[in-house]
Amino acid sequence: MLPGETQLKDFADRVLAMSQAEQTEVLLFSSHSALTRFANSYIHQNVEDTSVEVSVRAVTGKKIGVAGTNMLSDESLRAVVERAATLAAHQRENEDFQSLPAPQPVSRVDAWVQRTAAFGPDDRARVVAAICDAARNAKVTAAGAFRTSASEVAVANSLGVFAYHRETNADINTTMMSPDSSGYAARLSMDVNDVDGPTLAAEAIDKCLRSANPVSLEPGVYDVILEDYAASDILDYLAYLGFGAQPYQEKRSFMSGRLGEQIAGENVTIWDDGLSPETIPMPFDFEGVPKRRVELITNGVANGVVYDSYYGGKEGKPSTGHALPAGATYGPLPSNLFLKAGDTATDDMLASIERGIWVSRFWYTRPVHPLKVIVTGMTRDGTFLIEKGKITAPIKNLRFTQSYIDALNQVEMISRQTRLMPGMIGVSRVPSLKVKSWNFSGATEF
Amino acid sequence: MRDLVSRALDTASQQGAAYADTRVVERRAESITVRNQNVEGLTADESLGFGVRVIVDGYWGFAGSYRMTPEEADRVAAKAVAIARASARAGGPRADIGPPEVHVDTYRTPFRIDPFAVSLDDKIALLLRVNEAMMKVKSIVMAESNVYYQREKKTFGSSEGSFIEQDLVETGCGIGATAVDEGEVQQRSYPNSVGRHQGTEGWEFVERWDLAGNAPRVADEAAALLTAKPCPVGVTTVILDGSQLALQVHESCGHAVELDRVLGTEAAYAGTSFLTTDKLGNFRYGSDAVNLTADATIPGGLGTFGYDDEGVLAQSTPLVSSGLFVGYLTSRETAASLGQHSNGAMRAHDFNRIPLIRMTNVSLEPGEWTLADLIAATDDGIYMETNRSWSIDQRRLNFQFGTELAREIKNGKLGDLVKNATYAGMTPQFWGSCDAVCNRDHRVVWGTPNCGKGQPEQIAHTGHGAAPARFRNVQVGLMK
Repeated sequence: MLPGETQLKDFADRVLAMSQAEQTEVLLFSSHSALTRFANSYIHQNVEDTSVEVSVRAVTGKKIGVAGTNMLSDESLRAVVERAATLAAHQRENEDFQSLPAPQPVSRVDAWVQRTAAFGPDDRARVVAAICDAARNAKVTAAGAFRTSASEVAVANSLGVFAYHRETNADINTTMMSPDSSGYAARLSMDVNDVDGPTLAAEAIDKCLRSANPVSLEPGVYDVILEDYAASDILDYLAYLGFGAQPYQEKRSFMSGRLGEQIAGENVTIWDDGLSPETIPMPFDFEGVPKRRVELITNGVANGVVYDSYYGGKEGKPSTGHALPAGATYGPLPSNLFLKAGDTATDDMLASIERGIWVSRFWYTRPVHPLKVIVTGMTRDGTFLIEKGKITAPIKNLRFTQSYIDALNQVEMISRQTRLMPGMIGVSRVPSLKVKSWNFSGATEF
Repeated sequence: MRDLVSRALDTASQQGAAYADTRVVERRAESITVRNQNVEGLTADESLGFGVRVIVDGYWGFAGSYRMTPEEADRVAAKAVAIARASARAGGPRADIGPPEVHVDTYRTPFRIDPFAVSLDDKIALLLRVNEAMMKVKSIVMAESNVYYQREKKTFGSSEGSFIEQDLVETGCGIGATAVDEGEVQQRSYPNSVGRHQGTEGWEFVERWDLAGNAPRVADEAAALLTAKPCPVGVTTVILDGSQLALQVHESCGHAVELDRVLGTEAAYAGTSFLTTDKLGNFRYGSDAVNLTADATIPGGLGTFGYDDEGVLAQSTPLVSSGLFVGYLTSRETAASLGQHSNGAMRAHDFNRIPLIRMTNVSLEPGEWTLADLIAATDDGIYMETNRSWSIDQRRLNFQFGTELAREIKNGKLGDLVKNATYAGMTPQFWGSCDAVCNRDHRVVWGTPNCGKGQPEQIAHTGHGAAPARFRNVQVGLMK
């Protein structure tokens, strides 16, 4: 049972009343999270936890201190308020800091599904058992995880901000494995009713069976179809390396100095929208500032980056509502990304490729050159050779080393269907892509 | 804490648990980060909570909470039992954790200077001084310096009769400078990249690494890399510095010998391992020069502790001996499946997470060479230092790493600076090409405070002893 808005409001008021700082912010998280993990077609880990976090940001002049606790007695709260103030007192003046945000109207968005919040260990086990049964029937092995959670966040500050939001998540994935192949499927939703074990299992089993007996393929440059599972990695790294105001202002972003320029193909449009019903919405950021839709790349033209109050203040711009919790030093980041869908059926994308590779999913991707967004990583869980518009053979996994910015200039087709997926921060909704000239730099043995 | 631990264990047993353990974790941590002369991060965090892990009818369950009351101990223990009963729904083998482990003991990290007792003003002044020194260098657009320190008090009790109290202290520090010019970005870090280097020590750790003395060099090197030669493409000899080698050990050996991965229980996320059980004792992992050990008792190592989170005593285990694969990192359950005894590698990220098999201090044992002699004995090749990127496949075979800095080696001497250096290979072939490891004088137990594994994801702190080493016939220069 989570505390709820009234209790969190009372709690925030109590913390604010304890503070002697010129400005004070309190950030409250409360969650109930459970995860059932399975491998070798049985449940081997099954966990649940109830957590709370309180973070206090104290401001004296232009000095800031942040302290946190999960202990909720008055004594502990007073201690954490005093610790934040003590840290602030030892700080140096930060001339770039202007103020904690003033109150602004925050929209209410519905991200709560009661049946997800009430989903219990027996319910999760029933879904997992169905997946494991499907695996046994197909003579493959199932592994994966099924997480359900209910959480609340509240932000209040001494200038009058109070914002509250609650959400539920159901997040499941499974990997089906044979001795020499694997297939993957995943779902993410606010509503656990969107998770259907047999459907999920069927998708992963199909991919696993089709990728059996893989052949080796020489690394090189190939046209590719990136399934939405793989394409989401592009958004993750664009966001992490370049869509935030911090790398932009420090000239470390591919967006730095290039606003208004064509940096991607005209068919590429990317935005962040925390209020859309097509995402798992979150109406405000961790400073309590309402989220605004931010057009990041529009028809290939670099359009903007996201701000919090601190980095916005440095440019005289308002926050776009993308602050991370106080104390984080990465700067603001987008958390509800969208890559605009196209109008192509995936079958038509496949039919258009003379010789290329179908990539189901990427794995262990890491930036090699941040400014050029060059990333390396592996394919995983279903990689196939395409010849004359058809999948002709499963292939052993390949390593790629590829600039994601270059890739966005080589997108030839975009699927009309999109998928909601967990991102590096938050979630993203992504279509599948046909990309010309993807650079595979190595190969592995399986 | 003893009362709450006992209460939870009693309730779990009454509810039907054949085995139960309870961990109480109290953590205090402080972090200071200076970026571009602003103290952008100054945080102090504390947390307290407990978790109850049970086996009921052969199936696992776990629940955790932050509410430290007897009633909550009852609720959480009962919940763990109910979850274990739900686990049985999907069938599968029953858990066997082998013979009982009973220890009643205490352990405390030895340290000289309590990091929490050092004046906050002195800490901030040090980081600002270091930051200022880096910002003086032209082309530096971002300078960052940080310190982090934590104290963790763990209380472990089990239904087998163990009761262990540990008081663990860690301290870490790091600096970095980023230079930008004409479409190029270069970074240098010290003592290690990806944030910081860390150990189970006190503030003496920060003093020993002399951030101020190294800041000008770090910034100069970042600026110089902007106009350095690009990494050549081809197959050549590579000498890796100790910090890069530490990550190579972490990724291609440490994860590969985790027996839970080998047995498939991490398959859907972190992956499995090419070091399957049929290879134990007969697979040539590397050359005769390659000796790898997991040792949780190294003083100051980030993977050093008294007991793991199953209450198993910290110990040293050979993994690769003269190139031969001889050992895994194990838990009680996975060790029992091989008829072995756990070597104490189970650790949890916090009170609300179950322990998983994690690296302790997984190290490459030193050889006989000095670095100067090793370079002098290398006609042609590349010296690479400090990790910049890392990626490896889910069976820990195909890898690609990049380093912040590299230098040509020509006729036994270090030559021109090289930027954007990368190298790649397959794990057994790569370690098979290792023909020289530097000696104990060059060895550092590098701390990796950011090792991710498990679902929900857990971050482990691991250590890796490594001295520079040489590898032949390595593919370099893979960036398009």
